[in-house]
Amino acid sequence: MQATAQSHGSYLTHPAGIRSWLLTFDHKRIGIMYLTFIVLAFFLGGLFAVLLRLELLHPGKDFFDAKTYNQLFTLHGAIMVFMFIIPSIPASLGNLFLPILLGAKDVAFPRINLLSFYLYVLGAGFAFYSLISGAVDTGWTFYAPYSLQSSTSTISMTTAVFILGFSSILTGLNFIVTTHKLRAAGMTWYKMPLFIWALYSTAILQVLATPVLAITLLLLIIEKVTGLGIFNPALGGDPVLFQHFFWFYSHPAVYIMILPGMGIMSELVTTFCKKQIFGYKLVAWSSVAIAIISFLVWGHHMFVSGQSEYSNFLFSILTFLVAVPSAIKIYNWVSTMYKGTIDLASPFLYALAFIFLFTVGGFTGIVLAALSVDIHLHDTYYVVAHFHYVMMGGTVMAFIGGLHYWWPKIFGKMFNEFWAKIAWFFVFVGFNMVFFTQFFLGNKGMPRRYYSYIDEFQPLHAFSTYGSWVLGLGFVIMGIYLFYSLWRGKPAPANPWGGLTLEWTLPSPPKHENFENPPKVEFGPYDYDKIKAATV
Amino acid sequence: MSQKEAVFSDHHIAHHFDTAEQEFDSAKLGMWLFLGQELLFFGGVFVVYTVFRNFYPEMFIDANKHLSWKIGSVNTIFLIVSSFTMAIGVRSAQTSKKNVLILCMILTFLFAAGFMVNKYFEYNEKIMHGFLPSKWFSGEGHFETMHIFFGLYFFATGLHGLHVLVGMGLIAWIIWRAQKGHFHAQYYTPVELVGLYWHLVDLIWIFLFPLFYLIG
Repeated sequence: MQATAQSHGSYLTHPAGIRSWLLTFDHKRIGIMYLTFIVLAFFLGGLFAVLLRLELLHPGKDFFDAKTYNQLFTLHGAIMVFMFIIPSIPASLGNLFLPILLGAKDVAFPRINLLSFYLYVLGAGFAFYSLISGAVDTGWTFYAPYSLQSSTSTISMTTAVFILGFSSILTGLNFIVTTHKLRAAGMTWYKMPLFIWALYSTAILQVLATPVLAITLLLLIIEKVTGLGIFNPALGGDPVLFQHFFWFYSHPAVYIMILPGMGIMSELVTTFCKKQIFGYKLVAWSSVAIAIISFLVWGHHMFVSGQSEYSNFLFSILTFLVAVPSAIKIYNWVSTMYKGTIDLASPFLYALAFIFLFTVGGFTGIVLAALSVDIHLHDTYYVVAHFHYVMMGGTVMAFIGGLHYWWPKIFGKMFNEFWAKIAWFFVFVGFNMVFFTQFFLGNKGMPRRYYSYIDEFQPLHAFSTYGSWVLGLGFVIMGIYLFYSLWRGKPAPANPWGGLTLEWTLPSPPKHENFENPPKVEFGPYDYDKIKAATV
Repeated sequence: MSQKEAVFSDHHIAHHFDTAEQEFDSAKLGMWLFLGQELLFFGGVFVVYTVFRNFYPEMFIDANKHLSWKIGSVNTIFLIVSSFTMAIGVRSAQTSKKNVLILCMILTFLFAAGFMVNKYFEYNEKIMHGFLPSKWFSGEGHFETMHIFFGLYFFATGLHGLHVLVGMGLIAWIIWRAQKGHFHAQYYTPVELVGLYWHLVDLIWIFLFPLFYLIG
């Protein structure tokens, strides 16, 4: 592109004009466009969550009828999973920072990067069409045979997810090639920031797991249109086969969601403790290990589906196994903090929230992986609470932490730290009110996805709903001070947090070409001791 | 970059690459990852096939008798020969033989078109006899579940046929660019990548053919 002509201004303003944004090949601008859509999806999905919690305030009908309620939780799930959390970190913060952290000028295939963004927009368009033409009531998992019978707008929603999948595949493909081929001089694999290791492991999953979802949904759509007879038992098909297919993607997808968050965690913990990460190689390879093991655990979603006891036994053991690399990461972050110079800035508060909440989510996952216990807890609120602790308590906390961490670099503005801490408090307390309560509800036998419930569950349900208001308030405050910072925020210095990775060597916001001169990497990403020794 | 030759146009490497070699290697790695993605995509079809053949083995063998192994064999030969002409084409691009490259691409395109024409007659015949997915199935057979075989047949070969059509579009694009002298020893990335894609499309047919046509 016209590189030399623009090298004097920040990437946000040079070149100017809406057309230069919509047709941009700049990874940073594509990252910001993704970020905008992802935040919109989050607020839409969040709105549905608040509405469905509102309906659950009392047993029976408060505001919506049963069918609307089914549509609400389906839309909440489908939007949050496919339009928010899967693309969240890789497509926004990953696009913005993966090339910079590697010392590259862009991703390997900038055009494919833009294509990936427009596929996302197209997929979102189909989802929106589904929303206004009758919505979906199948749950985000689209289980057959119900999804084959439902008269709601299933085909447009599954088409949306099919297209969103290819957007995800192309992002992953781009990241793998960029990491292999575009590292700066001296950037060896073990000098890469751990965020890159996490994005790389995620990208493997995106490229190898997502096509299986694509073919599954294509089969489902064709089945619905032509009566293929693959998943419909009335035609000789097997609905459990759909579950196998679906979870063969959707369990690795869980790690597509959490691994990038773990990558951000490693950046936050080192920067705000000013310490070398404890056990770099273990943290790096545990990401790869999680990616590999995640392909072998899908059957734990199907313990009560009638699959063989032998399969159940194997899937249970393998699920226990995936906890090992996750635990390694938690231990290493905590060990990194030990004797560190801890700065309790707002991004790091989210890192602390991650450690606490993800540990709860992880432990309850172990509980659910135990066969006999799972039969009791299957399809109850215990499961709902468990995966919200991992997905929201893990990924969303890391995403928000990363967003605050890199906000000054992305927009060149500082946000208000005081209000950031207030918002953090509401988010943390509200989240625990909503979901810790649901562990009790689940253990008492409250089934998930039910419209109504027995009276004795009412106080717990009400408490959970009150929590959703506290949580919502936290996000509203966050939205206000972040937007406010965009035009009234103080200009950000190049390195507000004292980080050592390459993005902090650039001005805030960076220039179009990222680096004026190709960087040469001499130190590791977290070598605080070596750099201190070298400067003294 | 190399000296500009009379018949060939120069290729400028993209701004974020340092060397043409780095650019070529990146493109090739990207294509292999895409092919990996394609394998997993078609992998789903083969799993479905395995499961249902295991459920209804007699039905599969009975339904198979309605497919013509002769047309299938001709199509297999078409695709294998087209893979050969594609390989020669890629080699010609690497050695800057513009005319051989164009000839090979035209041949590959014609074999692909021949494959699709055969498929058209095959599909037509199945549709006439009502061997279709259950919503329109009216064929005569000994098994109630026969529509699953033909549903799968149309799904798998249809998906593969779609890939053949995309490949034909790509080959036409290569012919168009080759004529303008875009490809030569210093730059032949698109030819190489389309070649890789074409071999995969060929390879998938090599598996589909015996699984549907030769199980009787």
